[in-house]
Amino acid sequence: MSSRIGGGAEPMSAALGSTRRDKIDELAARAGQVPEGGGGVSLARSAFRRLRRNPVAILGAVIVVAFLLVAALAPSLAPRDPLEQALLSEVRQGSIPGSRDGFPLGVDQLGRDVLSRLIYGSRQSLLIGVVSTVLGAVVGMALGVLAGAFGGWVDTVVMRFVDILLSIPGLLMAISISVLLGQNQYALMIAIAVTQVPVFARLLRGSMLSQRDSDYALAAKALGVKRSRIVLGHVLPNSLSPVIVQATLSLATAIIEAAALSFLGLGDPDISRPEWGAMLSSAQAVLSFAPQLAVYPALCIIVVALGFTLLGESLREALDPKFRR
Amino acid sequence: MLRFIVRRLLQLIPILLGLSVLLFAWLRALPGGPAQAALGERATPDDIARYNETFGLDQPVLVQYGKFLGRALQLDFGTSSRTGQAVTTEFLERFPGTLELTVFAMVFAIGVGIPVGYLAARRHGSWIDSSSVIGSLLGVAIPVFFLAYLLRLLFAVQLGWLPGSGRQDVRIDATHITNFFVLDGLLTREFDAAWDALLHLVLPGIALGTIPLAIIVRITRASVLDVVNEDYVRTANAKGLATATVRRRHIIRNALLPVSTTIGLQTGLLLSGAVLTETVFAFGGVGSALRDAIANRDYALLQGFILILAVVYVLVNLLVDISYGLLDPRVRVR
Repeated sequence: MSSRIGGGAEPMSAALGSTRRDKIDELAARAGQVPEGGGGVSLARSAFRRLRRNPVAILGAVIVVAFLLVAALAPSLAPRDPLEQALLSEVRQGSIPGSRDGFPLGVDQLGRDVLSRLIYGSRQSLLIGVVSTVLGAVVGMALGVLAGAFGGWVDTVVMRFVDILLSIPGLLMAISISVLLGQNQYALMIAIAVTQVPVFARLLRGSMLSQRDSDYALAAKALGVKRSRIVLGHVLPNSLSPVIVQATLSLATAIIEAAALSFLGLGDPDISRPEWGAMLSSAQAVLSFAPQLAVYPALCIIVVALGFTLLGESLREALDPKFRR
Repeated sequence: MLRFIVRRLLQLIPILLGLSVLLFAWLRALPGGPAQAALGERATPDDIARYNETFGLDQPVLVQYGKFLGRALQLDFGTSSRTGQAVTTEFLERFPGTLELTVFAMVFAIGVGIPVGYLAARRHGSWIDSSSVIGSLLGVAIPVFFLAYLLRLLFAVQLGWLPGSGRQDVRIDATHITNFFVLDGLLTREFDAAWDALLHLVLPGIALGTIPLAIIVRITRASVLDVVNEDYVRTANAKGLATATVRRRHIIRNALLPVSTTIGLQTGLLLSGAVLTETVFAFGGVGSALRDAIANRDYALLQGFILILAVVYVLVNLLVDISYGLLDPRVRVR
């Protein structure tokens, strides 16, 4: 791995997971590279221009926008009340009514309209995804800024802590925290957020380190700008692009992880909030005769996760100075 | 090289200490604390008081931590409140299964992933390429347990081609020496038993191997694409080396460096991440035990297993680092 450009400022990197860390650092360093011949177009604008030309990005964006719209307009889109057990009387042991007039995707084992539940479920998935990602990103970034801005022993302490967090595989960490906090949707969000914290912290720190020695930071320093201002006003904004990419990708991970925790019985126990992960897990009991109940929510999760991944990956390419034209 | 390894080993110490602090704090932060965790939810206040006294939980936190550390170093993580067995024993019984599953999954992921990724890169822009990209994106987006259920439903329940649960047919009365069922079968020359155990690995192995497969395809493809444009490949071609030689000695060799890191990293993750797959297939490895522990609030087992698995993960990563240092001399110089 020759690309230890920016992240290599750390003399003794600990043994653990240095591969995973290297990957994060590499991304961070790459964002710090100065584009050749920018031609006077801002990075954001040129990135947007490239995004628009990329069909993959458009596909991702369309999926994400559709998902957001469905979540926002759920009450007017859903044909029925997602909690109403409309066809409960027709649910038998071993048979669940399929699609019919008024119930385009059929009902679940409690006689509730699947389509409406999927539509409402998008809200919960969006909420869990956004809240946990934002929470993870904010805490992670705070740690990253702390380490990147102060350096020295603060950097060492923060980064050791981050390394320890990285040494616990994500799902195990989420499980531990869910068990600790009990079963509710906030615990779920926090559990997922904590798994994201070290990634964001490391990413932002690496990115800031590669920006810290740039000419503009030096110029600002020479002009006598206060350190806090250099960090918050100059270095930080220029270090954000890998964080934005990571946040987009994290939304996908968060939604999948929420489903996994639901499956393990650590999800949100409140049945008044339909959620894809919970729908998927509860469908397992009836999988042999009503597989559609698992397939629909799974498809929703896959499509939405794919949408965020496509958007995130194209964003990464668009923001990467290497590809800049 | 030796210095490199020793330095890496030394760097493990703070990480492991940090881990132990986190898990120590975790157990104390649980509702009811460690006594409840050890005695189960039906423990009476009297029991808890007695337990606290016996295990010194009424002493200062630092002393307690020291004791916890001492016990952890002797691999004593208490007893599972569900089975009443020592957590370490439980782990040792179950880990071979997970290890077997992980090996199978990684063999599948590597065996399919590297050729597909290589082919995709060689035919850059072809349908093979685009479908490998789409496939690898899908592989990461599918919730593992859903995939596992689909595989089980299709190949085990509907078609009946492969076993869909457990590690071995219950009717087979095999002797187990190592708890690696496949290996046991071979050692005792009960080849039927070995074959049966192997068949039991297929479906969970494929489910578990899907994410690493997707990642390996992606990395191999990207890495081969990077390497074919390197100067040394052009030089090798220019000096008239046979295409096969260039491919083998120059392209594949260099392209597989980043892939090897990914493989190691994913192996570490699988060893700990089989919770979902094992649960679906009732596999009886570490993952299923974790899932049972969650359902039964078996805190001692959870804590012990998570700590051991985290250490395993750290050690696997260390091995990856060292092997990477062996493969790529540039890494050692740092």
